[in-house]
Amino acid sequence: MSGAHATQHPRLQHHFDNLDQQFEASALGMWLFLVTEILFFGGLFTAYMIYRLAYPQAFAEASHELDVVLGGVNTAVLISSSLTMAMAVWAAQMGKRSSQLLFLGLTILLGLAFLGVKAVEYAAKFEHHLVPGPDFRFEGARDPVHAQLFFSLYFVMTGLHALHMVIGIGLMAVLFVMAARGRFTKAYHTPVEVSGLYWHFVDIVWIFLFPLLYLIDRHGPVH
Amino acid sequence: MAPQVDALYFFLVALTAFFTLLISGLVVYFAVRYRRRSTDEAGAAIHGNLRLEIAWTVIPLVIVLFIFGWSAKLFFTMARPPADSLDVYVVGKQWMWKFQHPDGHAEVNELHVPVGTSVKLTMTSQDVIHDVYIPDFRVKADVLPGRYTHLWFKATKPGRYRLFCAEYCGTNHSGMVGWVVVQERAEYQQWLAGGAGTGTMAQTGEKLFKDLACATCHQADTTGRGPTLIGLYGKAVTLDDGRTVEADEAYLRESIVNPRAKMVSGFQPIMPTFQGLISEEGLLQLLEYIKSLKAAPSNATGVPAAAAATPEKK
Amino acid sequence: MDTAATPHSNYLTDGYGLKSWLLTRDHKRIGLLYLLSVSAFFVLGAVFAGLIRLELMTPAGDLVESDVYNKIFTMHGVIMVFFFLIPAIPAVLGNFLLPIMIGAKDLAFPRLNLLSWYIYTVGGVFTLWALVNGGVDTGWTFYTPYSSAFSNSNVALVVVGIFINGFSSILTGLNFIVTVHKMRAPGMTWFRMPLFVWAHYATALIFVLGTPVIAITLVMVAAERLLHLGIFDPKLGGDPVLFQHLFWFYSHPAVYIMILPAMGVMSELVAAFSRKRIFGYEFVAFSSLAIAVVGFLVWGHHMFVSSQSVYAAMAFSLLSYLVAIPSAIKVFNWAATLFKGSISFEAPMIYVFGFIGLFLIGGLTGLFLAALAVDVHVTDTYFVVAHFHYIMVGGTIMMYLGGIHYWWPKIFGKLYHQGMARVSAVVIFIGFNLTFFPQFIVGYLGMPRRYHAYPPEFQLWNILSSAGAVILAIGYAMPTFYLIYSLVKGKPAPANPWGAKGLEWETSSPPPTHNFEAAPVVTEPPYNYAK
Repeated sequence: MSGAHATQHPRLQHHFDNLDQQFEASALGMWLFLVTEILFFGGLFTAYMIYRLAYPQAFAEASHELDVVLGGVNTAVLISSSLTMAMAVWAAQMGKRSSQLLFLGLTILLGLAFLGVKAVEYAAKFEHHLVPGPDFRFEGARDPVHAQLFFSLYFVMTGLHALHMVIGIGLMAVLFVMAARGRFTKAYHTPVEVSGLYWHFVDIVWIFLFPLLYLIDRHGPVH
Repeated sequence: MAPQVDALYFFLVALTAFFTLLISGLVVYFAVRYRRRSTDEAGAAIHGNLRLEIAWTVIPLVIVLFIFGWSAKLFFTMARPPADSLDVYVVGKQWMWKFQHPDGHAEVNELHVPVGTSVKLTMTSQDVIHDVYIPDFRVKADVLPGRYTHLWFKATKPGRYRLFCAEYCGTNHSGMVGWVVVQERAEYQQWLAGGAGTGTMAQTGEKLFKDLACATCHQADTTGRGPTLIGLYGKAVTLDDGRTVEADEAYLRESIVNPRAKMVSGFQPIMPTFQGLISEEGLLQLLEYIKSLKAAPSNATGVPAAAAATPEKK
Repeated sequence: MDTAATPHSNYLTDGYGLKSWLLTRDHKRIGLLYLLSVSAFFVLGAVFAGLIRLELMTPAGDLVESDVYNKIFTMHGVIMVFFFLIPAIPAVLGNFLLPIMIGAKDLAFPRLNLLSWYIYTVGGVFTLWALVNGGVDTGWTFYTPYSSAFSNSNVALVVVGIFINGFSSILTGLNFIVTVHKMRAPGMTWFRMPLFVWAHYATALIFVLGTPVIAITLVMVAAERLLHLGIFDPKLGGDPVLFQHLFWFYSHPAVYIMILPAMGVMSELVAAFSRKRIFGYEFVAFSSLAIAVVGFLVWGHHMFVSSQSVYAAMAFSLLSYLVAIPSAIKVFNWAATLFKGSISFEAPMIYVFGFIGLFLIGGLTGLFLAALAVDVHVTDTYFVVAHFHYIMVGGTIMMYLGGIHYWWPKIFGKLYHQGMARVSAVVIFIGFNLTFFPQFIVGYLGMPRRYHAYPPEFQLWNILSSAGAVILAIGYAMPTFYLIYSLVKGKPAPANPWGAKGLEWETSSPPPTHNFEAAPVVTEPPYNYAK
C-alpha cells in the first residue's frame, strides 16, 4: 500500500481510493448538511407561517415598518455575491489563482456589505423601539401584541441568517488564504466547490426571508 | 362513556396478551425444536416467502384499522359535549383548581355535580399548562393559558372521584389534586340551595360590564361605537379583512384582552385592551353574561331591550 | 472459523498515550471514546432513576422536596434520552462496525467523527454544569410556558447543552449516510449489506432531518427565556401548543433513532445465533426505511389531549397505526428466521429472546396509545411511562447489551465468561418486568406521571416497581464486572468466535487499524450460512 503513496495526490485522504470518490463524498456531505439547515430554518418558517395566517394584518402592518429599500439592496448584494462565488468556483476549477483571489475577495466584500446594511437596519429598529422586550413601542399599531410577535420572528430569523453569513465570510477568508497559497488546482478544488454550495444556500434563505418579512401586502394599501 | 373506553381497553389487553403469547410461544418452540445439535451445523437455506409477508402485513393492518375505527368513533363522541350539558367553568392555576357554576357557586379543588347529567367543563389556565384528569370517568384534557378547552362527562353513580392535574406544571404539580363530588339530584339541589353568596355568574358578569364601562360603546342596538353584543354569542361575524369567524368563547375572550387582533367590519379600532385588568374568572363571568344576551328581550339585565338581532354590517 | 491469535498490531496497540486516543481519527477508537462517555451518562441517569423509585416507595413525598424530585426526573429524562439512548448504539457500535461491515477503511469523514464526540462531550458538560448549579425542573419535554416563562431553574443552560449535543447527532448521521453511499467495497451492493447497516442508514436519515428541528425549537425557548421574545407565551401573542408541535416533530422520530439501531443489532444476532439468513431480508431492510419516513408523520399522537382538533387527532392516530406495521413485519421475520435454524444460546441470544418478549409488549401497548379514546385515559399516566420504558429499556438497552456481548470479542480481542453473561441477561429480564409491568397497571388505575407524592391506593404497585428496580440494577451492574475482568484476564478471542457471517468476522480480533489487511471484495449474499 505504501508504494502507491508516491503517486497519490497530497490531498487524497488515506481512507479514500481516489480523489473523485473523495470529492463526491465531500459534496454529498455538504448537500446533506444543507438539508439539515433547511430543517433548521424550517422550524422558524413554520412558526412564521402559522402566526401570519392567524394574524395577517398585524404582520402586514409590522412588515411595513421594515425598510424595503435597504432590504432590496441587500437582496441585490447577496445575489451578486452568489455570482462572484460561482466565478470563484470556476476560477478554482480552472486553477487560476489570481481570479480565485479576485472573486473570493469580492464575495467577502459583498458579504460584509450585507452585514453592514443589516447593522444599519438593526440600529434603526433599536431607535424606533421596535425590538421586542420591555422597551417595545409600536405607535399607532392596531395590534401591538402580534406586531411584537412579528418582530420577534424578524430578529430571530434575520439574526440566524446573519450568523450564517458571518460563518460564510469566515469560510471565504480561509479559502482566500488557501487560494493565496496556491492550494486550488484543476485536480483539487473541493473546498471551494463545497463552500460555494454553502454560500448559495445562505443566499437562497435570504431570497425567502426578504419577501416573507419585507414584502407583506406591499402591493396595495393596508386594509 | 367510561365503560365503552374500558371495553376497547380490555380488547386491546386481550389482543396484546394473545400476540405476545403466540409469538413468544412460537419463538420458544423454535428455539427448542431447532437448537443446535452439532458444532458445525448451519440453518436451512430459506430466503423468505412472499405470501407470508403479505399475510402478516395485511392481517395486522386490518386489525389496526379496526381498532382505529372503533377508537375514533368513541373519541368523536367524547369530543362533542351534548348540547344540553350543564356548564361549569374551570380556572387552573399553580397549584389549585377553581370551579365556577353559572349560578354563582364557586368551589376550590372540589366540584359538585348531579348524577346522570352531562357536565361540560370550560377551562383555562392563569399561568402554565395544566390538565384536568378524572380517572374514574376516563376523561382528560389539557388546560391552557390564553385559551379555552373543554371536556364533558356524565357521572352514573354518586360518590367522590379523584381529580388530578395531569400536565406537569411545576413544584406542586402532584399537590394539584381534588375531588368530583357526584350527588343524587335531591342532595345536589340541597347543595345548590345552600346559596352561592354572590349572584349568578351572568349577574356578576353584568356588574363587571357596567364597572368597566363596556356599555359606553356596546349598546343594545347598532348605534354604539362598538358592535352590539345582543345575540352575538355563536353568531358569524365578518371582520374588516373579509374573513368570517364564529363569535365563540375563544373569540370573545380574545376580543376583550386583545381587541385589535380581530376587528369587526365597519367599526373603528378604538377598544382598549383589558389584558391584566380582568381575571380569568372575570372573563368567564363576562362570557356567561354575553351568552345570556339573547336576541329576544326576555332577560332583565338592565341593558335596553333589543328588538331583533343586529343585521351584519359590511 | 477459529483462526490464529491476534496479529502483531491492531487498532488498540497502534499508539499508546492520551494524545493517540484524544486526537484519533480511527472510527474504532472513537467508538470506544463514546463507550466511555455513554456509560458514564448511563450510570448518572440510572442513579437518578434509583432516586425516583426510592421516593415512590411511599405515597408521601418524604425522601426529597418537590422541587428536588422534579429536578431528578427531569435530569433522568434529559440524560437518558439525549446522552445515552440516542447515541448509544449508533455512536458506539455503529461507529465501530459500519465501515468494517461494508468493507471500508473508515467513515467518510474521520475528523468530523472525532468532532462529533467532542461536541457530544461539550454538550454533556453544559448539561452537567446545569445539574451541579441547581438542576432543571421542567421535565425533559420542556413544555412552554412553564419552561420559557415560569421555571426558576437552569433551563437555558440545559437547552444549550442539548442544542450543542444535537450537532453531534447531525454530524454522525451525515457521516453514516455518505459512507454507505460512497464507500462500500467492490461487490458490496445495497442488498448485500448487513441489516445492521440498513438500520443505521435509516437512523442516520432521522438524525439529519429531525435533529435540526429540535435545535431551532430549543433556540426559540432560550431566546424567549433570555430575551423575552414571545413566540410561545400567550401573554405576548404566542401559542404554547406550537412548542409542542415543534418539539414532538423531532422527539417522536427520536424514538425511532433509539429503536432502529437496536433492530439492526437484533437482525445480526438472530442471524448469527440461528446460523441462518434473516427471513425476508428485503422486507426487513425496507421496513427500516418505512419506519424512518412514516415516523415523521405521527408526532401529534403525543398531543391528543393538548387541544388539537379532532380531525388532526384522527389523522395522527391513523398514521400511528400505520407506523406500527413495519415493526410488526420485522418481528415476524425474526421469528420466522428461527424456523429450521441452528440455534445456540450464548449470552447475545438470551438478550434476543428478552428483546422479543419486551418489544412485543412495548409495541403492542403502543396500540393502546394510538387508540384515541384509550389514550385520553392513559396519556400522562404511568401507562405511558411503562410503554416507553418497555421499548427503550426492554428494547434498545437489551440490544445495546446484546450487541456489546456479541462484538466484545471483536472489539477487544477477549472472551468473557458466558455463564455469568447469561445469568445477567436473565436477571435483567426479570428485574425489568418487575419494575415496569406494575406501571401499566397503576397508570390504568389513574396515577399520573411526574408525581412526587401520590394517593395511597397506588402504593402496592409502586413498591413492586421499586423492588424490580433493585433487581434490574443488579442485573446492569453484573456485566461491568465480568466484562472488565475479561479485558484483564480473558482468553484471547479468535477472529470468529461465533462462527458468524459478515465482513467484521473476516478480520482479526481486534481488527487492524485499517480494518482489513487486504481490501475485501464481496461476492456472497449476506448471511450466507446454508451449506
